[in-house]
Amino acid sequence: MIGGLFIYNHKGEVLISRVYRDDIGRNAVDAFRVNVIHARQQVRSPVTNIARTSFFHVKRSNIWLAAVTKQNVNAAMVFEFLYKMCDVMTAYFGKISEENIKNNFVLIYELLDEILDFGYPQNSETGALKTFITQQGIKSQPQTKEEQSQITSQVTGQIGWRREGIKYRRNELFLDVLESVNLLMSPQGQVLSAHVSGRVVMKSYLSGMPECKFGMNDKIVIDKQGKAGASDEAGKSSGKQSIAIDDCTFHQCVRLSKFDSERSISFIPPDGEYELMRYRTTKDIILPFRVIPLVREVGRTKLEVKVVIKSNFKPSLLAQKIEVRIPTPLNTSGVQVICMKGKAKYKASENAIVWKIKRMAGMKESQISAEIELLPTNDKKKWARPPISMNFEVPFAPSGLKVRYLKVFESKLNYSDHDVIKWVRYIGRSGIYETRC
Amino acid sequence: ETNKLYCTSVKCCIFELKAELNSDKKEKKKEAVKKVIASMTVGKDVSALFPDVVNCMQTDNLELKKLVYLYLMNYAKSQPDMAIMAVNTFVKDCEDPNPLIRALAVRTMGCIRVDKITEYLCEPLRKCLKDEDPYVRKTAAVCVAKLHDINAQLVEDQGFLDTLKDLISDSNPMVVANAVAALSEISESHPNCNLLDLNPQSINKLLTALNECTEWGQIFILDCLANYTPRDDRESQSICERVTPRLSHANSAVVLSAVKVLMKFMEMLPKDLDYYGTLLKKLAPPLVTLLSAEPELQYVALRNINLIVQKRPEILKHEMKVFFVKYNDPIYVKLEKLDIMIRLASQANIAQVLAELKEYATEVDVDFVRKAVRAIGRCAIKVEQSAERCVSTLLDLIQTKVNYVVQEAIVVIKDIFRKYPNKYESVIATLCENLDSLDEPEARAAMIWIVGEYAERIDNADELLESFLEGFHDESTQVTTQQNTQVLHKHTQNTPDSDNPDLRDRGYIYWRLLSTDPVAAKEVVLAEKPLISEETDLIEPTLLEELICHIGSLASVYHKPPNAFVEGSRGVQHKRLPARTASGESAESPDAGQSVGGVSDAPPAVIPSQGDLLGDLLNLDLAPPSASVPVVPASMQMGVDLLGGGLDSLVGLHRPSGSQYLSGDIGGSPIAVGLAGGTGGMPAGLGGTPAMGGGLGDLFDLGGGVGMATGSYVPPKAVWLPAMKAKGLEISGTFARRGGGIHMDLSLTNNAMSIMTDFAIQFNRNSFGLAPAGPLQVLTPLAQNQTIDVSLPLNTNGPIMKMEPLNNLQVAVKNNIDVFYFSCQYPISLLFVEDGKMDRQVFLATWKDIPSENETQYQIKDFHLNSDAASTKLQGSNVFTVAKRTVDAQDLLYQSIKLTNGIWALAELRIQSITPNYMLALKCRAPEVSQYICQCYELLLRN
Repeated sequence: MIGGLFIYNHKGEVLISRVYRDDIGRNAVDAFRVNVIHARQQVRSPVTNIARTSFFHVKRSNIWLAAVTKQNVNAAMVFEFLYKMCDVMTAYFGKISEENIKNNFVLIYELLDEILDFGYPQNSETGALKTFITQQGIKSQPQTKEEQSQITSQVTGQIGWRREGIKYRRNELFLDVLESVNLLMSPQGQVLSAHVSGRVVMKSYLSGMPECKFGMNDKIVIDKQGKAGASDEAGKSSGKQSIAIDDCTFHQCVRLSKFDSERSISFIPPDGEYELMRYRTTKDIILPFRVIPLVREVGRTKLEVKVVIKSNFKPSLLAQKIEVRIPTPLNTSGVQVICMKGKAKYKASENAIVWKIKRMAGMKESQISAEIELLPTNDKKKWARPPISMNFEVPFAPSGLKVRYLKVFESKLNYSDHDVIKWVRYIGRSGIYETRC
Repeated sequence: ETNKLYCTSVKCCIFELKAELNSDKKEKKKEAVKKVIASMTVGKDVSALFPDVVNCMQTDNLELKKLVYLYLMNYAKSQPDMAIMAVNTFVKDCEDPNPLIRALAVRTMGCIRVDKITEYLCEPLRKCLKDEDPYVRKTAAVCVAKLHDINAQLVEDQGFLDTLKDLISDSNPMVVANAVAALSEISESHPNCNLLDLNPQSINKLLTALNECTEWGQIFILDCLANYTPRDDRESQSICERVTPRLSHANSAVVLSAVKVLMKFMEMLPKDLDYYGTLLKKLAPPLVTLLSAEPELQYVALRNINLIVQKRPEILKHEMKVFFVKYNDPIYVKLEKLDIMIRLASQANIAQVLAELKEYATEVDVDFVRKAVRAIGRCAIKVEQSAERCVSTLLDLIQTKVNYVVQEAIVVIKDIFRKYPNKYESVIATLCENLDSLDEPEARAAMIWIVGEYAERIDNADELLESFLEGFHDESTQVTTQQNTQVLHKHTQNTPDSDNPDLRDRGYIYWRLLSTDPVAAKEVVLAEKPLISEETDLIEPTLLEELICHIGSLASVYHKPPNAFVEGSRGVQHKRLPARTASGESAESPDAGQSVGGVSDAPPAVIPSQGDLLGDLLNLDLAPPSASVPVVPASMQMGVDLLGGGLDSLVGLHRPSGSQYLSGDIGGSPIAVGLAGGTGGMPAGLGGTPAMGGGLGDLFDLGGGVGMATGSYVPPKAVWLPAMKAKGLEISGTFARRGGGIHMDLSLTNNAMSIMTDFAIQFNRNSFGLAPAGPLQVLTPLAQNQTIDVSLPLNTNGPIMKMEPLNNLQVAVKNNIDVFYFSCQYPISLLFVEDGKMDRQVFLATWKDIPSENETQYQIKDFHLNSDAASTKLQGSNVFTVAKRTVDAQDLLYQSIKLTNGIWALAELRIQSITPNYMLALKCRAPEVSQYICQCYELLLRN
């Protein structure tokens, strides 16, 4: 199991050091600093073995988090734990920075004592932790016996992510379908790979211990219902709109065995914001933009670049925050750009022309052309021609996912599904959206 | 303000801190303790403050208490006497009405590794294990593991293990999970006492808790489940069914641990079961989903997928695209993806893969580019149809003139040449243009090999080689090896007409140099001989099996067994995949599955139809009959080895004249060809295994070898693994068939300076599924200069893969020093079974039935035994005479042979009394084996 956990700043100074196992000594702290943080080369692996001690690290801005062990631990678990640790810290004091860590080091030690026991991760749900580990640290004192046992039963209980007795005057929930659409396209416009990775993020402000059921246009469910005898036409029309989900994963509140057997998504939600599910689709993806690059080398000292982007969705919808990034060679000496829409700039420090468009409606196209002057070099190595990448945001789900329902049942309190105010929003963003040129 | 905490310079502060710690004001005290902890964090020694800090312990401020505890955990060991001062508070806190404080006390106490404190821990711990509050119980469960780490005996004496076992039935899922974690850890240091006592009832409890506990608890439980061996396929299936829902968990570690359980238990399911197929399909999507996790987890996932793809390629064979490299992937993700792409490359997707690889070859990172270029070469070797396209892609890359790309491309082109001799030599001219830019040993060696190999097609080959020779003394062994062999090789090609005395003399000089120092010579000649096979870098199968049992863990990330990086006793046990056990027969022997090494149940004797038989056994593409001519590529490809072997034997025999060597061995005499065909490119085989190749005996003067008078023929022991290739371990051995069983008789000699222990042996997949039937029994450590003879029983239930030559066996032997690989060949007569006597009528019908193109003719010259004697001799090795006929002064013996895998071979042995030559006609439905059986005939008759 995890033998120790260290947090360093970018210089390699230790900010937090907690050792859980006797086989990890103080020298481990230095070993990581010397061999990884101060290493001359770029890090070649997130797992490093130094003198039979294994170091797992992740970086958040310029902070290093390292878990250390001398045993054959579950590596996936260690990384999941490190991410979780970051989530917990963020939930407590915001951004993970040297300043924040120093200001909260007592809290961090307290958290580390609670969520890692002898190197075994324990309940790390912020909802539960916040009931007894507080920034003031005093709350623990005037607890009543009931409060105490409520805390412990929540921390160890089956529904560790929610406490009893939550009350809201207005029962409300927000569903965000957040998708990132990823594309790799050849210069000729052939889709080399495309997938959508989506998340359903829920903010719930519901009283009591509500039982929820979430439904979407999942092909398997729709087809099953179609077979089960829903009117033929309804089955057909909805069948068209259904989407094939390659795979999905759920927050720990979702009853997985029920999903496995009936493919229904039922759960008691945590209070506040959390990620209900993640999913991945690869079929029938709506690619919101198409990028058509044209790069021509004119002699040895000039490049001509022309890039056309076409929006491919309903004309009534608007895409926002569009940014096209066209890489330029390292020996670029000057760039002249002309674009039809938006603003374009050559950013020497990033070796790229960045073209920004605030808004663009569907079924439109726009174009940029640039002349790139190059310095002559002796370098035999050819320019690698990195792909043209794109960023954008569209108000629909590129996978075609639709929320069909989210039902709320709370038998003990007298509010029904109808009384809950529900909001649904779809946002499609570019993930890694690249076209080779 | 806190920045101030961090930068306290100790010397001036200890005094101040001491005063503050003893302050009456609570706030001041707390701030002081905070400062102490901050100093401790940055590594300053604040142990001098021990009594003052401990004094702050008696407080009702929980935050302050926790800080003091933190200090105690750090310094108690260095101040054991003073640590006792804290005991009272701990004991008192363990009785506190607040469960959070009780748990805190017991949790902290377990972290203080001071004997006197540990003594006081026992009573509170006992109470806490039975506390009414689950939070306290779950903390106490982990505390048992802590205590065990400090004092294992104490834990046993106090009966904590039993209490811990009881907690597995606790009503609270988190208590169960922590108890499982603690027991799993404790049982790792007691491999034999079966602490966890997993049985269907306890497994059921675990599976129930699995649905209810935290994500971390699910991981503990799944990792524990993976150590269980189900009694039969039905139990295995029912566990799999209850584990599969975990594949949809958001936590990647839960998913990977579930994959581990499934991969392991799947071994036990019959492949024709519908559920088996369903399960395979279910595994792919979650594995792909792992690739959308954060990069560090992607890395862990990819290392594991690499194993899974090797074990069960079918799972991800359609998922090539998801492994395409993204421009912004971290380098460690890129390299791993590339590895998996090559493994998944097949004829169906090769065009796409090649297009990608070409793209990667223009990227920035040198390692990545090199690997991409190398991958193109591997595609050529793996998918023959793509070879031409690969070669042209590589040529394109060479045109870029990027130095390391060119060098890497030449190295892989050499491999392509070796795999497909005489096919792509048109590109040689382009290669030669880049001669000057080669500065890496491997690339230079490759180029020399190409030049030497295709000398007759290169006009200025002499000059080119000579240009390499100029820097001879500066070169690495790799290059000099190639220089030597190729210079010599080229000589042999040119000997009749070469009249460049300068070059010839040079060759002789090198040759003398070698003969004066045979050891160095051997080392040089054996230095570089990669085996060109379709799959490279495959993990050796037993290691792979072990790693599959460690999916998700560090072992799977390092691709090393845990004992390679874990100290002490933990994790040293080797895990193995369970053997398949049918539900009917296992009820009374629950452990059957665990003893994989033991004799597993023989599969039901179903004789498949001929087509299947061949397809399965030899894994052949049956369509083109010409594909099964193994000797041709061997002799070509082994140009180097031929020489190496020749040198080797010559050095050993101290033959004086170089020229004799050159003409004698390379001239293509049957002896040399036999050697080349037999050794198949494996360095260790070069010593010459007399089991193979008829003429070898003469060359090595093995006439005195012991043949058994009765029973089957046993070839004399040959050196399989020379000591200098194996850090002092020398292995010689032979194969024997005794009492219906197959044995590998080994002599292990320790030529090293230290004692050798922990021997183990494994075979690679081979043509007839030979596998050890038990562990290698080397019970006592092998001392210096000691030799031990061991007989290893073998069975033929192992995995099957067609080898080249067919009777080649690749072996891995492990000891405490390292793992060594060698290959050897067994006489195919080893596989002749005792019930191989065919009924006369059946023989006649079968003989007619087998088409005449499957007949092989073979002549055994100069042999004087009469037919009866020959018959008796052959029968000793399970070659049975079905009938005998005498026609025109010649005896005709009709004989039948059955191989362990059910292949029959029918023979007609014609013995003429006038000439001393035997004629052998052999018919077999699997003509690939005929050649080897013929060789065995000669071997058997002559011994």
